[in-house]
Amino acid sequence: MKIAITASGKDMNANVDPRFGRAAGFVIYDTELKTSEYVANTQNVNAVQGAGIQSARLISGTGAKVLITGHCGPKAFTALNAAGIKIFTGANGSVREAVMKFATGNLAEAGGADVKGHWA
Amino acid sequence: MNEDLIVAVASGKGGTGKTTVAVNMAAALSRAQFSVRLVDCDVEEPNAHIFLKTVMTSRESAVVPVPVVDEEKCDGCGKCGDVCRFSAIIALGTKAITFPALCHGCGGCVMACPKKAITESSREIGAIEKGVSQGIEFIQGYLKIGEAMSPPLIRAVKKQAVGDGVTIIDAPPGTSCPVIQAIRGSDYVILVTEPTPFGLHDLDLAVETVRQIGIPFGVVVNRAGIGDARTHDYCAVQDIPIIGEIRDDRRIAEAYSRGELVIDALPQLGKEFLGIFGRAASGARKREDDPQ
Amino acid sequence: MKELVVISGKGGTGKTSIVAAFAALAASKVLADCDVDAADLHLVLDPNIRQREVFTGGSVARIKIEECERCDICRNLCRFDAIDDNFRIDEIACEGCGVCHDACQYGAIELATKTAGEWYISETRHGMMVHAKLGIAEENSGKLVSLVRTQARKIAAENRLELVIIDGSPGIGCPVIASMTGVDLALAVTEPTLSGIHDLERVAGLAKHFGNRLAVCVNKWDINPEMTGRIENWCRREGLAVAGKIAFDPIVTRAQIAGVSVIEYSSGSAALEIKKVWRRIAREMELENIA
Repeated sequence: MKIAITASGKDMNANVDPRFGRAAGFVIYDTELKTSEYVANTQNVNAVQGAGIQSARLISGTGAKVLITGHCGPKAFTALNAAGIKIFTGANGSVREAVMKFATGNLAEAGGADVKGHWA
Repeated sequence: MNEDLIVAVASGKGGTGKTTVAVNMAAALSRAQFSVRLVDCDVEEPNAHIFLKTVMTSRESAVVPVPVVDEEKCDGCGKCGDVCRFSAIIALGTKAITFPALCHGCGGCVMACPKKAITESSREIGAIEKGVSQGIEFIQGYLKIGEAMSPPLIRAVKKQAVGDGVTIIDAPPGTSCPVIQAIRGSDYVILVTEPTPFGLHDLDLAVETVRQIGIPFGVVVNRAGIGDARTHDYCAVQDIPIIGEIRDDRRIAEAYSRGELVIDALPQLGKEFLGIFGRAASGARKREDDPQ
Repeated sequence: MKELVVISGKGGTGKTSIVAAFAALAASKVLADCDVDAADLHLVLDPNIRQREVFTGGSVARIKIEECERCDICRNLCRFDAIDDNFRIDEIACEGCGVCHDACQYGAIELATKTAGEWYISETRHGMMVHAKLGIAEENSGKLVSLVRTQARKIAAENRLELVIIDGSPGIGCPVIASMTGVDLALAVTEPTLSGIHDLERVAGLAKHFGNRLAVCVNKWDINPEMTGRIENWCRREGLAVAGKIAFDPIVTRAQIAGVSVIEYSSGSAALEIKKVWRRIAREMELENIA
């Protein structure tokens, strides 16, 4: 299974970017192959509107089924839900730590948006 | 008396007396037997009705088109999301979902859908109210609270303002899209300012805006006497006519606070407002066949 | 880090003068002028620009006239009346939706990104300030407001500053929404006039809609003491904190002409009343550095 983690840098040692829609990029981690790749979010960092929706589109395209991030707004939540991607919020520290926490069941699945739209 | 003319009253800075000029000019004209229509395009905070004590006779909702997806027909191909520049519709491998608040109503998704699965319904963004008071035909827009986009409502309000006579438009403050939407198609723009550094700075922005659209304009200096001479110097250097001055007077501020017309509290000012209109009318561009 | 936004609904109630005074009073803060449409705070804070960036907004259609076959399809599809009889784009009317671009069979229409303004990071005698200038007749002021806020928060985080003070814009539309979502406290500066009350009610409705805590301050309260009483009663009924009232004082205009805040200009009654409002806000927000 592929997991997308919002990241401020390009690999597993980078910090988790707390934002989703305007995250710098995503580290896509494959839990079976134990490999990671980086997808930049350049277009959406400065999107006029709908950054969360377009970011959902971007990670949906990578085949990820799980998203780990800091916060998730309402529109992004709706879009991710529609794409069948599970959302885990409240992550911090490095991407590697966030994946560990997820794997050991220490991140909670979000039941809804935890921040209002337009928050950043 | 009849004179077909559209005069917009605007200002860069808020609270300089835009509404005061608009409503008192309208009332003074009406009392001088002009046929007058006042259009409040400050749809975020419409206040002109307070001073005219307008009794509204009609109210209709203003809507924008938004897409509706027929889930039976949608196969999730995602073409709608590819064409939408506003992220208002998207399909991520499943049925398309919509975000009406982001929709600009361009209709692009309807055209793009190969399955004809998208139709349009309407979303309410505010209301258009009409009424009459003191012989003035009154039209205003009311933006729904929480709604971000005012230009489509302003456009809808202006569409209702048709007919002969003088049309006075109370524009929103600022220099961005809502203001442009409000003042476009006018024959003359009155920029209301106050002689303070903030007033002057924002007047300069408003002047740039009106020049860009290419409508003749003049300045009314409100609360004259409170600040310094820089506003007058600026107008002289820029060759902008000052078509009126309203002295700073606590009685005006008090009448305003109670929602009264200045020309009722201080009747001698009636001819001031007629004078402002007269100078605007003589500076206005001549209309032959104007599209708006 | 906490965020305070100062808004007003109605323009000209003294919002920016109060923000400038808070700038002089608050100890640990960054300033964000989010009234990007008609920014005035810099006139008082005299910023030294350290960083200047271009702001790109939405898109606009451009017709390559030599490739246009004048088939009229774009004109029929455009819902914003942005294409005239001579197939020229009216850039002000164009929403950048791209319908014309997608429909043109001759590839004669391109979508270009608009440069919509500039934003700046500056130093002032009262600390760092982020501000912006929206181009004339531009849209997307909400996005520019978000950008200014984001930068201000970043500076606050990097410098361990306690507070971001945001000068909002008048109205209840797009830029106002962008300046107030998620802040810790919104302060509405109103005046005791019927228009002021009407607009305060709308702005309070907006705060409620977005779940913001709102406090109210009545400026020039003595213009109409009875109306001031009505506002205070209304606030109590609505459960809004009244952060104080400030009497009409010509000093405020004189300070503006001198290019300084009321606090720096005078120690008279208006300055004292604004200080009181500030202390109440600081308490309401549980700030540590009240100054």
